[in-house]
Amino acid sequence: MNPTERKPNDEIVESMKGVEKAFILGCQGCPIGCETGGQPWLDEMTQLLEGAGKQVTGSALIDMICNKAIVGIKLGRIVDQIAEAQAILVGSCGVGVQAVGNMVGRRPIPAMNTISMSDHQGLWPSEERCAQCGQCVLAQTGGLCPVTLCAKSLINGICGGTGDDGSCEVSSDRRCGWLMIYERLEALGRLDDYNTFNEPRDYRKRAITDANRHTMRWALEVAKQEEQDEAEQPTAN
Amino acid sequence: MSKLQEKLATGQFVVTGEIGPPKGINIEPVMHEAEEYLKDSVTAVNVTDIQTAVMRAGSMVGCKLLIDRGIEPVFQMVCRDRNRLALQSDLLSAALLGIENVLALTGDHVVMGDHQDAMAVYDLDSVGLLKAMSTLEAGSDLGVDMKGNPNELDGAPTFFKGCCVTPCAPNVNAQIAKLEKKVAAGAQFVQTQAVYEPAEFEEFMNKISHIDVPILVGIVMLKTAGMAKYMNRGVPGVSVPDAIIQRMSDAAKEDRQKVSIEICGELVASMKDCCQGAHLMTLGWDHCVPDIIAAAGLA
Repeated sequence: MNPTERKPNDEIVESMKGVEKAFILGCQGCPIGCETGGQPWLDEMTQLLEGAGKQVTGSALIDMICNKAIVGIKLGRIVDQIAEAQAILVGSCGVGVQAVGNMVGRRPIPAMNTISMSDHQGLWPSEERCAQCGQCVLAQTGGLCPVTLCAKSLINGICGGTGDDGSCEVSSDRRCGWLMIYERLEALGRLDDYNTFNEPRDYRKRAITDANRHTMRWALEVAKQEEQDEAEQPTAN
Repeated sequence: MSKLQEKLATGQFVVTGEIGPPKGINIEPVMHEAEEYLKDSVTAVNVTDIQTAVMRAGSMVGCKLLIDRGIEPVFQMVCRDRNRLALQSDLLSAALLGIENVLALTGDHVVMGDHQDAMAVYDLDSVGLLKAMSTLEAGSDLGVDMKGNPNELDGAPTFFKGCCVTPCAPNVNAQIAKLEKKVAAGAQFVQTQAVYEPAEFEEFMNKISHIDVPILVGIVMLKTAGMAKYMNRGVPGVSVPDAIIQRMSDAAKEDRQKVSIEICGELVASMKDCCQGAHLMTLGWDHCVPDIIAAAGLA
Protein backbone atom coordinates (compact mmCIF):
# COMPACT_ATOMS: atom_id res chain seq x y z
CA MET A 1 0.00 0.00 0.00
CA ASN A 2 1.05 3.57 -0.67
CA PRO A 3 -0.48 5.52 2.21
CA THR A 4 -1.33 9.17 1.68
CA GLU A 5 -2.32 12.21 3.65
CA ARG A 6 -4.31 15.11 2.28
CA LYS A 7 -2.49 18.23 1.22
CA PRO A 8 -3.81 21.40 2.89
CA ASN A 9 -6.69 22.94 0.91
CA ASP A 10 -4.73 26.20 0.56
CA GLU A 11 -1.90 24.39 -1.19
CA ILE A 12 -4.32 22.68 -3.57
CA VAL A 13 -6.00 25.99 -4.46
CA GLU A 14 -2.56 27.59 -4.94
CA SER A 15 -1.51 24.75 -7.28
CA MET A 16 -4.70 25.34 -9.27
CA LYS A 17 -4.01 29.05 -9.73
CA GLY A 18 -5.01 30.10 -13.23
CA VAL A 19 -7.02 26.92 -13.79
CA GLU A 20 -10.64 27.75 -14.60
CA LYS A 21 -11.94 24.29 -15.44
CA ALA A 22 -10.84 21.17 -13.63
CA PHE A 23 -11.66 17.48 -13.55
CA ILE A 24 -11.44 15.61 -10.24
CA LEU A 25 -10.19 12.06 -10.15
CA GLY A 26 -9.93 9.95 -7.02
CA CYS A 27 -8.37 6.56 -6.40
CA GLN A 28 -10.44 3.97 -4.58
CA GLY A 29 -7.49 1.77 -3.73
CA CYS A 30 -5.06 2.73 -0.98
CA PRO A 31 -6.74 6.12 -0.24
CA ILE A 32 -9.82 4.17 0.91
CA GLY A 33 -7.67 2.10 3.24
CA CYS A 34 -6.12 5.15 4.86
CA GLU A 35 -9.32 7.21 4.70
CA THR A 36 -7.94 10.05 2.63
CA GLY A 37 -9.98 9.46 -0.52
CA GLY A 38 -13.26 8.09 -1.79
CA GLN A 39 -16.65 9.79 -2.16
CA PRO A 40 -16.32 12.06 0.91
CA TRP A 41 -13.03 13.39 -0.46
CA LEU A 42 -14.54 13.86 -3.90
CA ASP A 43 -17.46 15.83 -2.47
CA GLU A 44 -15.14 17.99 -0.40
CA MET A 45 -12.84 18.73 -3.36
CA THR A 46 -15.81 19.58 -5.59
CA GLN A 47 -16.96 22.09 -2.98
CA LEU A 48 -13.42 23.44 -2.54
CA LEU A 49 -12.85 24.04 -6.24
CA GLU A 50 -16.31 25.47 -6.86
CA GLY A 51 -15.86 27.68 -3.81
CA ALA A 52 -12.63 28.93 -5.39
CA GLY A 53 -14.61 29.94 -8.47
CA LYS A 54 -13.63 27.03 -10.68
CA GLN A 55 -15.85 24.97 -12.92
CA VAL A 56 -15.68 21.22 -12.26
CA THR A 57 -16.10 19.58 -15.66
CA GLY A 58 -16.62 16.17 -14.14
CA SER A 59 -15.30 13.72 -11.62
CA ALA A 60 -14.66 10.03 -11.24
CA LEU A 61 -13.47 7.45 -8.76
CA ILE A 62 -11.31 4.65 -10.10
CA ASP A 63 -10.30 1.55 -8.19
CA MET A 64 -6.57 1.54 -8.85
CA ILE A 65 -5.24 4.66 -10.56
CA CYS A 66 -1.76 3.15 -10.57
CA ASN A 67 -3.02 0.77 -13.25
CA LYS A 68 -2.94 2.75 -16.47
CA ALA A 69 -5.12 0.23 -18.33
CA ILE A 70 -7.96 0.85 -15.89
CA VAL A 71 -7.40 4.60 -16.07
CA GLY A 72 -7.51 4.46 -19.86
CA ILE A 73 -10.72 2.39 -19.98
CA LYS A 74 -12.57 4.45 -17.37
CA LEU A 75 -11.52 7.87 -18.63
CA GLY A 76 -12.09 6.85 -22.25
CA ARG A 77 -15.82 6.90 -21.53
CA ILE A 78 -15.79 10.49 -20.32
CA VAL A 79 -13.12 11.91 -22.55
CA ASP A 80 -15.14 15.09 -23.23
CA GLN A 81 -15.15 16.04 -19.55
CA ILE A 82 -11.39 15.54 -19.41
CA ALA A 83 -10.74 17.43 -22.63
CA GLU A 84 -12.70 20.42 -21.35
CA ALA A 85 -10.56 20.63 -18.21
CA GLN A 86 -7.21 22.46 -18.02
CA ALA A 87 -6.01 20.34 -15.12
CA ILE A 88 -6.93 17.17 -13.27
CA LEU A 89 -6.94 17.15 -9.50
CA VAL A 90 -5.83 13.65 -8.54
CA GLY A 91 -6.47 12.11 -5.15
CA SER A 92 -3.99 9.26 -5.03
CA CYS A 93 -0.39 8.40 -4.24
CA GLY A 94 2.43 9.76 -6.41
CA VAL A 95 2.35 6.69 -8.65
CA GLY A 96 -1.29 7.39 -9.51
CA VAL A 97 -0.72 11.08 -10.23
CA GLN A 98 2.12 10.19 -12.61
CA ALA A 99 0.08 7.43 -14.27
CA VAL A 100 -2.71 9.95 -14.97
CA GLY A 101 -0.16 12.42 -16.36
CA ASN A 102 1.20 9.73 -18.64
CA MET A 103 -2.26 8.68 -19.89
CA VAL A 104 -3.91 12.08 -20.33
CA GLY A 105 -2.60 15.20 -22.05
CA ARG A 106 -3.62 17.38 -19.14
CA ARG A 107 -1.68 18.63 -16.16
CA PRO A 108 -2.21 16.37 -13.14
CA ILE A 109 -2.22 18.08 -9.75
CA PRO A 110 -1.62 15.98 -6.63
CA ALA A 111 -4.19 16.49 -3.88
CA MET A 112 -2.25 14.29 -1.47
CA ASN A 113 1.26 13.69 -0.16
CA THR A 114 2.47 10.11 -0.23
CA ILE A 115 3.95 9.30 3.15
CA SER A 116 6.83 7.03 3.89
CA MET A 117 6.54 3.32 4.50
CA SER A 118 10.32 3.30 4.24
CA ASP A 119 10.60 2.46 0.57
CA HIS A 120 7.93 -0.22 0.42
CA GLN A 121 6.09 -0.09 -2.91
CA GLY A 122 2.87 -2.03 -2.93
CA LEU A 123 2.03 -2.20 -6.60
CA TRP A 124 4.44 -1.32 -9.39
CA PRO A 125 2.67 -1.76 -12.65
CA SER A 126 4.84 0.36 -14.95
CA GLU A 127 7.49 3.08 -15.14
CA GLU A 128 6.00 5.41 -12.51
CA ARG A 129 7.85 5.45 -9.20
CA CYS A 130 7.03 7.23 -5.95
CA ALA A 131 9.71 7.72 -3.31
CA GLN A 132 7.08 8.48 -0.66
CA CYS A 133 8.87 11.75 0.12
CA GLY A 134 5.80 13.26 1.75
CA GLN A 135 6.14 16.57 -0.16
CA CYS A 136 4.66 15.95 -3.58
CA VAL A 137 5.88 18.45 -6.21
CA LEU A 138 4.12 16.85 -9.18
CA ALA A 139 1.97 19.99 -9.55
CA GLN A 140 5.07 21.90 -10.69
CA THR A 141 6.56 19.20 -12.88
CA GLY A 142 3.74 18.28 -15.23
CA GLY A 143 3.11 15.07 -13.32
CA LEU A 144 6.60 13.58 -13.74
CA CYS A 145 8.48 12.90 -10.50
CA PRO A 146 11.95 14.55 -10.27
CA VAL A 147 12.77 12.65 -7.09
CA THR A 148 12.57 9.27 -8.81
CA LEU A 149 13.31 10.22 -12.45
CA CYS A 150 16.43 12.35 -11.82
CA ALA A 151 19.49 10.30 -10.77
CA LYS A 152 20.38 13.09 -8.34
CA SER A 153 16.78 13.67 -7.18
CA LEU A 154 17.24 17.35 -8.01
CA ILE A 155 14.09 19.36 -7.36
CA ASN A 156 14.99 22.64 -9.04
CA GLY A 157 15.79 21.76 -12.62
CA ILE A 158 18.30 20.20 -14.98
CA CYS A 159 22.02 19.79 -14.22
CA GLY A 160 24.87 19.93 -16.73
CA GLY A 161 25.07 16.19 -17.22
CA THR A 162 22.50 15.69 -19.98
CA GLY A 163 23.97 13.92 -23.02
CA ASP A 164 23.47 15.01 -26.64
CA ASP A 165 20.92 12.21 -26.99
CA GLY A 166 19.06 13.37 -23.87
CA SER A 167 20.52 10.64 -21.68
CA CYS A 168 21.51 10.99 -18.03
CA GLU A 169 25.21 11.19 -17.14
CA VAL A 170 24.93 8.10 -14.95
CA SER A 171 23.78 5.79 -17.73
CA SER A 172 23.26 6.01 -21.48
CA ASP A 173 20.06 3.97 -21.27
CA ARG A 174 18.48 6.30 -18.74
CA ARG A 175 16.78 9.46 -19.98
CA CYS A 176 17.37 12.77 -18.20
CA GLY A 177 14.39 13.20 -15.88
CA TRP A 178 14.49 16.98 -16.01
CA LEU A 179 14.61 16.98 -19.79
CA MET A 180 11.44 14.85 -19.72
CA ILE A 181 9.88 17.31 -17.29
CA TYR A 182 10.91 20.28 -19.44
CA GLU A 183 9.42 18.67 -22.54
CA ARG A 184 6.23 17.75 -20.68
CA LEU A 185 5.81 21.31 -19.35
CA GLU A 186 6.44 22.67 -22.84
CA ALA A 187 3.77 20.35 -24.27
CA LEU A 188 1.35 21.44 -21.54
CA GLY A 189 2.14 25.14 -22.08
CA ARG A 190 3.27 25.33 -18.45
CA LEU A 191 6.97 26.27 -18.76
CA ASP A 192 6.50 28.89 -16.02
CA ASP A 193 6.16 26.00 -13.56
CA TYR A 194 9.85 25.23 -14.18
CA ASN A 195 10.70 28.49 -12.43
CA THR A 196 9.03 27.49 -9.16
CA PHE A 197 11.66 27.38 -6.44
CA ASN A 198 11.26 24.20 -4.42
CA GLU A 199 12.55 24.48 -0.87
CA PRO A 200 15.08 21.84 0.24
CA ARG A 201 13.26 18.65 1.15
CA ASP A 202 12.28 17.77 4.72
CA TYR A 203 13.99 14.44 5.30
CA ARG A 204 12.12 13.85 8.54
CA LYS A 205 9.30 12.75 6.28
CA ARG A 206 11.40 9.88 4.97
CA ALA A 207 11.44 8.23 8.37
CA ILE A 208 8.73 5.70 9.10
CA THR A 209 6.83 6.04 12.37
CA ASP A 210 6.43 2.95 14.49
CA ALA A 211 2.65 3.09 14.10
CA ASN A 212 3.00 3.10 10.30
CA ARG A 213 5.51 0.29 10.39
CA HIS A 214 2.97 -2.05 11.93
CA THR A 215 -0.05 -1.27 9.83
CA MET A 216 -1.34 -2.24 6.43
CA ARG A 217 -4.97 -1.15 6.44
CA TRP A 218 -5.42 1.72 8.78
CA ALA A 219 -9.16 2.31 8.51
CA LEU A 220 -9.96 -1.29 9.35
CA GLU A 221 -7.53 -1.31 12.24
CA VAL A 222 -8.83 1.96 13.64
CA ALA A 223 -12.42 0.76 13.36
CA LYS A 224 -11.50 -2.50 15.06
CA GLN A 225 -9.70 -0.64 17.83
CA GLU A 226 -12.69 1.64 18.38
CA GLU A 227 -14.98 -1.38 18.52
CA GLN A 228 -12.68 -2.97 21.06
CA ASP A 229 -12.49 0.22 23.16
CA GLU A 230 -16.28 0.45 23.18
CA ALA A 231 -16.62 -3.19 24.20
CA GLU A 232 -14.17 -2.67 27.04
CA GLN A 233 -16.02 0.34 28.43
CA PRO A 234 -17.77 -0.49 31.69
CA THR A 235 -21.52 -0.61 31.17
CA ALA A 236 -23.72 1.40 33.51
CA ASN A 237 -25.85 -0.74 35.71
CA MET B 1 34.61 43.09 -2.31
CA SER B 2 36.70 40.56 -4.24
CA LYS B 3 38.93 41.65 -7.10
CA LEU B 4 36.84 39.46 -9.40
CA GLN B 5 33.64 41.25 -8.43
CA GLU B 6 35.30 44.66 -8.61
CA LYS B 7 36.76 44.09 -12.07
CA LEU B 8 33.54 42.66 -13.49
CA ALA B 9 31.64 45.64 -12.04
CA THR B 10 33.88 48.06 -13.96
CA GLY B 11 33.18 46.18 -17.19
CA GLN B 12 36.76 45.01 -17.74
CA PHE B 13 37.23 41.72 -19.61
CA VAL B 14 38.25 39.28 -16.90
CA VAL B 15 40.29 36.09 -17.17
CA THR B 16 40.16 33.36 -14.52
CA GLY B 17 42.19 30.17 -14.25
CA GLU B 18 41.69 26.84 -12.55
CA ILE B 19 43.68 24.34 -10.53
CA GLY B 20 42.82 20.92 -9.17
CA PRO B 21 44.18 19.72 -5.82
CA PRO B 22 46.15 16.46 -5.98
CA LYS B 23 45.12 12.97 -4.98
CA GLY B 24 47.42 12.97 -1.98
CA ILE B 25 49.07 15.75 -0.05
CA ASN B 26 51.80 16.71 -2.48
CA ILE B 27 50.20 20.06 -3.36
CA GLU B 28 53.43 22.05 -3.73
CA PRO B 29 53.83 21.52 -7.52
CA VAL B 30 50.28 22.81 -8.16
CA MET B 31 50.85 25.83 -5.91
CA HIS B 32 54.20 26.53 -7.55
CA GLU B 33 52.58 26.54 -11.03
CA ALA B 34 49.79 28.83 -9.78
CA GLU B 35 52.29 31.27 -8.34
CA GLU B 36 54.58 31.14 -11.33
CA TYR B 37 52.07 31.31 -14.20
CA LEU B 38 48.61 32.30 -12.91
CA LYS B 39 49.29 34.92 -10.24
CA ASP B 40 50.17 37.75 -12.61
CA SER B 41 48.02 36.74 -15.57
CA VAL B 42 44.54 36.04 -14.20
CA THR B 43 42.19 37.82 -11.77
CA ALA B 44 41.20 34.74 -9.79
CA VAL B 45 41.84 31.01 -9.77
CA ASN B 46 39.12 28.38 -9.32
CA VAL B 47 39.92 25.42 -7.13
CA THR B 48 37.94 22.34 -8.16
CA ASP B 49 35.91 20.41 -5.60
CA ILE B 50 36.53 16.65 -5.87
CA GLN B 51 36.28 17.07 -9.62
CA THR B 52 34.46 14.33 -11.59
CA ALA B 53 33.87 12.57 -8.27
CA VAL B 54 37.51 11.45 -8.10
CA MET B 55 38.61 11.65 -4.44
CA ARG B 56 41.36 14.21 -3.82
CA ALA B 57 42.37 17.03 -1.47
CA GLY B 58 39.69 19.62 -0.87
CA SER B 59 38.85 22.89 -2.54
CA MET B 60 38.77 25.01 0.63
CA VAL B 61 42.35 24.23 1.63
CA GLY B 62 43.48 24.85 -1.96
CA CYS B 63 41.80 28.27 -1.78
CA LYS B 64 43.52 29.09 1.52
CA LEU B 65 46.93 28.11 0.14
CA LEU B 66 46.31 30.39 -2.86
CA ILE B 67 45.38 33.29 -0.56
CA ASP B 68 48.66 32.70 1.34
CA ARG B 69 50.46 33.21 -1.97
CA GLY B 70 48.56 36.40 -2.80
CA ILE B 71 46.28 34.75 -5.36
CA GLU B 72 42.51 35.29 -5.21
CA PRO B 73 40.61 31.98 -5.26
CA VAL B 74 37.18 30.93 -6.49
CA PHE B 75 35.92 28.26 -4.09
CA GLN B 76 34.04 25.63 -6.09
CA MET B 77 31.36 23.81 -4.10
CA VAL B 78 29.44 20.80 -5.35
CA CYS B 79 26.26 19.47 -3.73
CA ARG B 80 27.20 15.81 -4.16
CA ASP B 81 29.20 15.19 -1.00
CA ARG B 82 27.75 17.28 1.85
CA ASN B 83 24.37 17.89 3.39
CA ARG B 84 23.06 21.35 4.21
CA LEU B 85 24.72 21.42 7.64
CA ALA B 86 28.16 20.77 6.19
CA LEU B 87 27.65 23.07 3.20
CA GLN B 88 26.62 26.02 5.37
CA SER B 89 29.38 25.29 7.89
CA ASP B 90 31.97 25.15 5.10
CA LEU B 91 30.67 28.45 3.75
CA LEU B 92 31.21 30.06 7.15
CA SER B 93 34.65 28.43 7.38
CA ALA B 94 35.54 29.69 3.91
CA ALA B 95 34.52 33.22 4.87
CA LEU B 96 36.71 32.94 7.97
CA LEU B 97 39.66 32.08 5.72
CA GLY B 98 39.01 35.18 3.60
CA ILE B 99 37.41 33.35 0.67
CA GLU B 100 34.85 35.55 -1.09
CA ASN B 101 34.19 34.02 -4.53
CA VAL B 102 32.11 30.84 -4.38
CA LEU B 103 30.95 28.85 -7.40
CA ALA B 104 27.87 26.69 -6.71
CA LEU B 105 27.68 23.49 -8.75
CA THR B 106 25.47 20.39 -8.70
CA GLY B 107 28.48 18.10 -9.08
CA ASP B 108 29.05 15.03 -11.26
CA HIS B 109 27.32 11.93 -9.95
CA VAL B 110 29.46 9.54 -7.87
CA VAL B 111 29.21 6.90 -10.59
CA MET B 112 31.38 9.16 -12.80
CA GLY B 113 34.29 8.86 -10.37
CA ASP B 114 36.48 6.40 -8.53
CA HIS B 115 34.20 5.74 -5.53
CA GLN B 116 31.16 4.57 -7.43
CA ASP B 117 29.72 2.79 -4.41
CA ALA B 118 29.51 6.00 -2.34
CA MET B 119 26.25 7.68 -1.37
CA ALA B 120 25.40 10.70 -3.52
CA VAL B 121 24.00 13.41 -1.25
CA TYR B 122 22.38 16.29 -3.18
CA ASP B 123 20.58 17.43 -0.03
CA LEU B 124 20.65 20.88 -1.63
CA ASP B 125 20.89 21.43 -5.38
CA SER B 126 22.84 24.30 -6.97
CA VAL B 127 19.81 26.61 -6.66
CA GLY B 128 19.36 25.64 -3.02
CA LEU B 129 23.07 26.25 -2.35
CA LEU B 130 22.89 29.75 -3.87
CA LYS B 131 19.82 30.44 -1.70
CA ALA B 132 21.73 29.16 1.34
CA MET B 133 24.55 31.64 0.59
CA SER B 134 22.07 34.49 0.24
CA THR B 135 20.45 33.42 3.51
CA LEU B 136 23.81 33.37 5.35
CA GLU B 137 24.59 36.82 3.95
CA ALA B 138 21.30 38.05 5.40
CA GLY B 139 22.47 36.87 8.82
CA SER B 140 20.41 33.70 9.10
CA ASP B 141 20.65 30.05 8.03
CA LEU B 142 18.39 27.30 6.69
CA GLY B 143 17.43 26.02 10.14
CA VAL B 144 15.16 27.24 12.90
CA ASP B 145 15.57 27.69 16.65
CA MET B 146 13.60 25.83 19.33
CA LYS B 147 10.66 28.18 18.86
CA GLY B 148 10.63 27.71 15.12
CA ASN B 149 12.09 31.15 14.40
CA PRO B 150 14.98 31.74 11.96
CA ASN B 151 18.41 31.33 13.55
CA GLU B 152 20.54 34.43 13.93
CA LEU B 153 24.21 34.31 12.93
CA ASP B 154 26.87 35.83 15.15
CA GLY B 155 28.53 37.65 12.26
CA ALA B 156 27.32 37.26 8.69
CA PRO B 157 29.61 36.48 5.72
CA THR B 158 29.63 38.16 2.31
CA PHE B 159 30.21 36.22 -0.88
CA PHE B 160 30.50 36.84 -4.59
CA LYS B 161 28.21 34.06 -5.75
CA GLY B 162 28.73 32.24 -9.02
CA CYS B 163 27.18 29.40 -10.96
CA CYS B 164 27.68 27.40 -14.13
CA VAL B 165 25.73 26.92 -17.36
CA THR B 166 26.25 24.73 -20.45
CA PRO B 167 25.82 27.06 -23.48
CA CYS B 168 26.13 24.35 -26.14
CA ALA B 169 23.83 21.82 -24.46
CA PRO B 170 21.37 20.13 -26.82
CA ASN B 171 18.62 21.13 -24.39
CA VAL B 172 19.80 24.72 -24.06
CA ASN B 173 16.37 26.15 -23.22
CA ALA B 174 16.14 23.91 -20.15
CA GLN B 175 19.64 25.14 -19.22
CA ILE B 176 18.59 28.77 -19.61
CA ALA B 177 15.46 28.24 -17.50
CA LYS B 178 17.66 26.80 -14.75
CA LEU B 179 20.10 29.72 -15.11
CA GLU B 180 17.20 32.14 -14.56
CA LYS B 181 16.42 30.26 -11.37
CA LYS B 182 20.05 30.43 -10.21
CA VAL B 183 20.17 34.17 -10.80
CA ALA B 184 16.88 34.60 -8.92
CA ALA B 185 18.50 32.63 -6.07
CA GLY B 186 21.40 35.08 -5.93
CA ALA B 187 23.99 34.14 -8.58
CA GLN B 188 26.13 37.17 -9.48
CA PHE B 189 28.47 35.69 -12.10
CA VAL B 190 28.59 32.71 -14.42
CA GLN B 191 31.49 30.55 -15.59
CA THR B 192 30.38 28.32 -18.45
CA GLN B 193 31.10 24.75 -19.46
CA ALA B 194 33.69 24.46 -22.25
CA VAL B 195 32.78 26.14 -25.55
CA TYR B 196 34.43 25.37 -28.91
CA GLU B 197 31.75 26.83 -31.19
CA PRO B 198 31.78 30.66 -31.11
CA ALA B 199 28.71 30.99 -33.35
CA GLU B 200 26.64 28.78 -31.07
CA PHE B 201 27.92 30.70 -28.04
CA GLU B 202 26.91 34.01 -29.57
CA GLU B 203 23.44 32.62 -30.22
CA PHE B 204 23.31 31.53 -26.56
CA MET B 205 24.37 35.00 -25.40
CA ASN B 206 21.58 36.56 -27.49
CA LYS B 207 19.08 34.19 -25.92
CA ILE B 208 20.10 35.22 -22.40
CA SER B 209 20.29 38.97 -23.05
CA HIS B 210 17.51 39.38 -20.46
CA ILE B 211 19.77 37.91 -17.75
CA ASP B 212 21.88 40.65 -16.24
CA VAL B 213 24.95 38.86 -14.81
CA PRO B 214 28.49 38.73 -16.24
CA ILE B 215 29.30 35.58 -18.22
CA LEU B 216 32.83 34.14 -18.39
CA VAL B 217 33.12 31.76 -21.32
CA GLY B 218 34.71 28.42 -20.44
CA ILE B 219 37.77 27.32 -22.44
CA VAL B 220 39.21 23.83 -21.91
CA MET B 221 42.70 23.26 -23.34
CA LEU B 222 42.91 20.31 -25.70
CA LYS B 223 45.96 18.12 -25.21
CA THR B 224 45.46 15.70 -28.09
CA ALA B 225 42.97 15.00 -30.87
CA GLY B 226 42.01 11.87 -28.94
CA MET B 227 41.01 13.98 -25.95
CA ALA B 228 38.75 16.09 -28.19
CA LYS B 229 37.10 12.95 -29.57
CA TYR B 230 36.67 11.63 -26.04
CA MET B 231 35.00 14.89 -24.98
CA ASN B 232 32.61 14.67 -27.91
CA ARG B 233 31.63 11.17 -26.85
CA GLY B 234 31.72 11.49 -23.10
CA VAL B 235 31.34 15.07 -21.87
CA PRO B 236 27.73 16.28 -21.98
CA GLY B 237 27.14 19.59 -23.72
CA VAL B 238 30.64 19.84 -25.17
CA SER B 239 31.24 19.47 -28.87
CA VAL B 240 34.61 20.05 -30.53
CA PRO B 241 34.24 20.79 -34.28
CA ASP B 242 36.07 18.53 -36.76
CA ALA B 243 38.28 21.41 -37.97
CA ILE B 244 39.75 21.84 -34.47
CA ILE B 245 40.26 18.09 -34.05
CA GLN B 246 42.01 18.05 -37.44
CA ARG B 247 44.42 20.81 -36.39
CA MET B 248 45.32 18.85 -33.26
CA SER B 249 45.88 15.61 -35.14
CA ASP B 250 47.88 17.35 -37.90
CA ALA B 251 50.26 18.86 -35.34
CA ALA B 252 53.51 17.03 -34.64
CA LYS B 253 53.74 15.78 -31.07
CA GLU B 254 56.15 18.52 -30.02
CA ASP B 255 53.91 21.22 -31.55
CA ARG B 256 50.64 20.10 -29.94
CA GLN B 257 50.89 22.46 -27.00
CA LYS B 258 51.61 25.41 -29.30
CA VAL B 259 48.66 24.57 -31.54
CA SER B 260 46.40 24.13 -28.50
CA ILE B 261 47.48 27.57 -27.22
CA GLU B 262 46.63 29.05 -30.63
CA ILE B 263 43.20 27.39 -30.65
CA CYS B 264 42.40 28.69 -27.15
CA GLY B 265 43.62 32.18 -28.07
CA GLU B 266 41.47 32.24 -31.21
CA LEU B 267 38.41 31.02 -29.29
CA VAL B 268 38.78 33.74 -26.65
CA ALA B 269 39.46 36.41 -29.29
CA SER B 270 36.37 35.44 -31.27
CA MET B 271 34.05 35.46 -28.25
CA LYS B 272 35.42 38.28 -26.12
CA ASP B 273 33.15 40.93 -27.59
CA CYS B 274 29.95 39.12 -26.65
CA CYS B 275 30.78 38.21 -23.03
CA GLN B 276 32.51 39.62 -19.96
CA GLY B 277 35.39 37.24 -19.47
CA ALA B 278 37.03 33.89 -20.07
CA HIS B 279 37.57 31.00 -17.68
CA LEU B 280 40.66 29.03 -18.75
CA MET B 281 40.76 25.39 -17.73
CA THR B 282 44.26 24.21 -18.65
CA LEU B 283 44.15 20.79 -16.93
CA GLY B 284 47.67 21.06 -15.52
CA TRP B 285 49.19 23.04 -18.41
CA ASP B 286 49.09 26.19 -16.27
CA HIS B 287 52.30 27.47 -17.82
CA CYS B 288 50.36 28.00 -21.07
CA VAL B 289 48.01 30.61 -19.57
CA PRO B 290 50.20 33.70 -20.28
CA ASP B 291 50.64 32.54 -23.90
CA ILE B 292 46.88 31.96 -24.35
CA ILE B 293 46.19 35.46 -23.05
CA ALA B 294 48.76 36.86 -25.48
CA ALA B 295 47.36 34.79 -28.36
CA ALA B 296 43.88 36.16 -27.57
CA GLY B 297 45.24 39.69 -27.91
CA LEU B 298 44.48 40.51 -24.27
CA ALA B 299 48.05 41.01 -23.02
